[in-house]
Amino acid sequence: MIVAVLVVLVTLGSVAFHMWSPWWWSEIASNWVGMDDTIILTFWITGAVFVAIGLFMAYCIWKYKYNKDKRADYEPENSKLEWALTIITTIGVIALLAPGLIVWKNFVTVPKGAYEIEVVGQQWYWMYRLPGKDGVLGTTDIKNINDDNPFGLNTDDPHSVDDILIDADDLHILKDQTLKLNLRALDVLHDFYVPQFRAKMDMVPGMITYYWFTPIKTGTFEILCAEYCGTGHYSMLGYVIVDEEEDYNEWLSEQMTFEETLASNGKSDLIKIALNKKNDL
Amino acid sequence: MSKNKESIINQLTQKPWEPAQVKVDNLHEGKTFNLHVGKLGLRYLMVVSTIMFCLFIVTYADRMVYDDWVRMPEPFLLWINTLILVISSFVFIRIQLASKKNNFEKARRELFFIGFLAVLFLIGQLLVWQDLVQAGYYVSGSPANGYFYVFTTLHGFHLLGGLIYWAMTINKVWKLENIVIRKAKHTIELCAIYWHFLLAVWIVLFGLMLFS
Amino acid sequence: MAADSYDDVAKNKDSIPSLEVPPQDLYHAKSWWTKYIFCQDAKVIGIQYALTAVAIGMVGLVSSWLMRMQIAFPGVIPMEAGAYYQLVTMHGMIMVVYLLTALFLGGFGNFLIPLMVGARDMVFPYVNMVSFWVFFLAVIILAASYFVPGGPTGAGWTLYPPQAITSGTPGGDGLGIVLMLVSLAVFVIGFTMGGLNYVITILQARTRGMTLMRLPLTVWGIFTATVLALFAFPALFVAGIMMTLDNMLGTSFFMPAIVEFGERLTYDGGSPILFQHLFWFFGHPEVYIVALPAFGIVSDLISVHARKNIFGYRMMVWAIVVIGALSFIVWAHHMYVAGMNPWFGFFFATTTLIIAVPTAIKVYNWVLTLWRGNIKLTIPMLFAIAFIITFVNGGLTGLFLGNVAVDVPLSDTYFVVAHFHMVMGIAPVLVILGSIYHWFPLITGRFLNERLGRIHFWVTFIGSYSIYFPMHYLGFMGVTRRYFEVFEGDNFTYSIIGINQFITVAALITGAVQFLFFYNIIVSSKFGKKAGKNPWKACSLEWQTPDVPPTHGNFGKELPVVYRWAYDYSVPGADKDYITQDTPPSAVANAKAEQT
Repeated sequence: MIVAVLVVLVTLGSVAFHMWSPWWWSEIASNWVGMDDTIILTFWITGAVFVAIGLFMAYCIWKYKYNKDKRADYEPENSKLEWALTIITTIGVIALLAPGLIVWKNFVTVPKGAYEIEVVGQQWYWMYRLPGKDGVLGTTDIKNINDDNPFGLNTDDPHSVDDILIDADDLHILKDQTLKLNLRALDVLHDFYVPQFRAKMDMVPGMITYYWFTPIKTGTFEILCAEYCGTGHYSMLGYVIVDEEEDYNEWLSEQMTFEETLASNGKSDLIKIALNKKNDL
Repeated sequence: MSKNKESIINQLTQKPWEPAQVKVDNLHEGKTFNLHVGKLGLRYLMVVSTIMFCLFIVTYADRMVYDDWVRMPEPFLLWINTLILVISSFVFIRIQLASKKNNFEKARRELFFIGFLAVLFLIGQLLVWQDLVQAGYYVSGSPANGYFYVFTTLHGFHLLGGLIYWAMTINKVWKLENIVIRKAKHTIELCAIYWHFLLAVWIVLFGLMLFS
Repeated sequence: MAADSYDDVAKNKDSIPSLEVPPQDLYHAKSWWTKYIFCQDAKVIGIQYALTAVAIGMVGLVSSWLMRMQIAFPGVIPMEAGAYYQLVTMHGMIMVVYLLTALFLGGFGNFLIPLMVGARDMVFPYVNMVSFWVFFLAVIILAASYFVPGGPTGAGWTLYPPQAITSGTPGGDGLGIVLMLVSLAVFVIGFTMGGLNYVITILQARTRGMTLMRLPLTVWGIFTATVLALFAFPALFVAGIMMTLDNMLGTSFFMPAIVEFGERLTYDGGSPILFQHLFWFFGHPEVYIVALPAFGIVSDLISVHARKNIFGYRMMVWAIVVIGALSFIVWAHHMYVAGMNPWFGFFFATTTLIIAVPTAIKVYNWVLTLWRGNIKLTIPMLFAIAFIITFVNGGLTGLFLGNVAVDVPLSDTYFVVAHFHMVMGIAPVLVILGSIYHWFPLITGRFLNERLGRIHFWVTFIGSYSIYFPMHYLGFMGVTRRYFEVFEGDNFTYSIIGINQFITVAALITGAVQFLFFYNIIVSSKFGKKAGKNPWKACSLEWQTPDVPPTHGNFGKELPVVYRWAYDYSVPGADKDYITQDTPPSAVANAKAEQT
């Protein structure tokens, strides 16, 4: 009896915790509402199964308690019942999978015209790069990295000259502008994750990964590194600030391009080839 | 009794509680395959080792497509080493024939020859390494070098393991009077299978490195 | 095909040729050393495996306490970030590989397989002994890494390169990671020897009448898990070797060109993702290597203690086999956000959710076995019930993470931690505990203390559920895993300090009560209530040995002959509510199922 009651309590307690506990996600600040919806749908379906199994088991424990004068049923199998359950389960699984795949299709298809920016992770801080006036990110190579060129931009690529380099942990972005984040890591795996945006993707040294999203709310959101990257993993934080146009432009005007950075260090000659090529264009 | 002939699907769809099935099952001898456990055990080990080499080959193929892939030269000595393995396999076929005819005198002699060939092969491989290192092909030089050293080392360790079993085989064939002849034959057979397996693995690995 | 008729076999036992193992083939211990230390008896080897696994498992348990203290009460136990990550890593690796895998396959496999299939021992007893000592060596190497400069590796149990072998990770530029990789390679070699025995003993050394479909599900679970290990462990071995070379000899299998702390390393061109593929090609089947034996064992516990045959035996066998097969084509669901080709997501999400179907069938059949049963709420049964609840919970959260779009926000958060602890941590451990209560009378001839057992059960079940159920909600909030300190920030809708402290206190209590269990084991093995033969009135062969505990050679003079499947409980018309597997038909002539 007490066992059956406890099984019921654990089952219903879990449901109660879900309904009334204060721990829940923060309000979404990007276009990925579909992810939240799929989670909620999954909750309904799996929650129903959980409660059904828990309560049925409690019923069995209470009803079929041992009695030495009684015998259990002898029923090796019941094909009809088993196949029915299989089919119901399959339907449930399809109901979960289909919406999930649709959202994923969206996630991996970057809309045309998305503004491409770059996020660079290294132990244990973030850097960002915007494409500048020409709207194209210059190419990079890890072999170019040195104190003057922390991003490893190719100095003979004309597109790299006007790239805006942000060697800081905080990034400003524009509300309602669809962004494609090109993700790059210089040393080990990292993962650019803002809980309110829901999206995340690992950054892998040696390759460029990406994801896209549209911020739909202004505000300041904390960046967490979501892929273990060594001793300082937990402190690899930063902020994304979603601005209205005015604030964004103000911030943008304070940032330096690659050309300006080099000029301020007296190293403009490094990008001579790129500047020449740019003039040819 | 038609034991062991039932397909796996048939076996897995039996209803063991049904009286008709019970009658059939009661006559079952308890074995799934009509095979000696030694042979089955050897197959098991060969499967594990094959999977390991296959995974290496998969990663090899994955790595090969990058443009920093630099080919390794194939020293002529490798061809000689390959020939040694082929001869070993051939000798083993003769040993099996001899043991089938109960000519254990001959089997014993040739088994020693096998040991000699195996040691020769290992020395040959070490010489190849020496040549390559002298020519500047270090293990960290390029991924192809890395794979070459990994493959030859693992194959060499397999052969060393085989030599342990070879020693046990010699031991059995040597003290033939104390032991059932059937057992000695069985051991020789297993040893031969393993040597053929090592030859096959080597040919695949060598071919892979040759043609990529 | 049946040459002899049924009755002939039953009435005239002489018509069955003797299956006696010739005496020279059965190993006999000659001295104390060969009886208890370098022993070839599978039962002793099983116990050796279990004790070694539990001993190293205690290191894992204490690691988890220290981690939880740091998370909830930082500063109480002074700790550097590096030390925290070393604890995380060693906890994970020890629990998954050295405790659970070794305990289920090495421990339960060795003890139960020969007894359950009706064999005198494993087919290669010598190899079996070597297998244990190689495992022991692997544990020693693992333990040695605590004593080298820099300490053990702190790379996380997944050991992802590049960080696993670079200087930003504890133990990454020292011997820690090397010893870890070597230990794993040694473990794989030892395990291959053990697996050889389990598979071939089950296939070839069953006693007369023991068809595949008459095997208890325990044997099916262990068998399938071992076959999985046969395919999966080489991947770990290969990955381990290649990473060791990258680390020691400077090859670039997994290491791309990187700049670490402003310094360019010599590596170039390797692929970190390739390592992840290899690792999870091992790692996902590994989950089932732990889960399938648990599935099998819990089926038997439920059936015995509900006095009812397992419901849908055939479906249960098929489900085990199908889950095993599918587990090889779902590995990349651990890598949805790892940067691999995003189109893989469709394939792996589909295969992953398909695997939910056979798994659900198993759950239904466990519950349907209780239905219309005659349930004895013994301690093993309580653990089985707790397993079902825990496993259903953990399995259902798997449907979140397997569904690729849902995984995006949840991966690398505490939701993942909670999920896999529920499904492959707590659930299998509950089965292990239940099965120790179940088979202890067979191993020692005595029962474990009932009162202590019930306390142990309730604290373990409620405690572990309180640890991991709330933890899911941290994941929804976006609390990332593997954080030495969790900053409250503005991210979270509600403070997570309280919930973390609650989880830590629950973890401390749940861990501590395990020592009560060890006390129970030690005391009861000397002073426990005598159990006698077949105390649970079970059908399967391991309880039918002439001596309890079974002696060397298991079955005395003559091997048993099997006349029925392992689940003839409550057969209508029979005198008792169970008919053991070796009961000849003539002895139960009036049972309904026996009549044609």
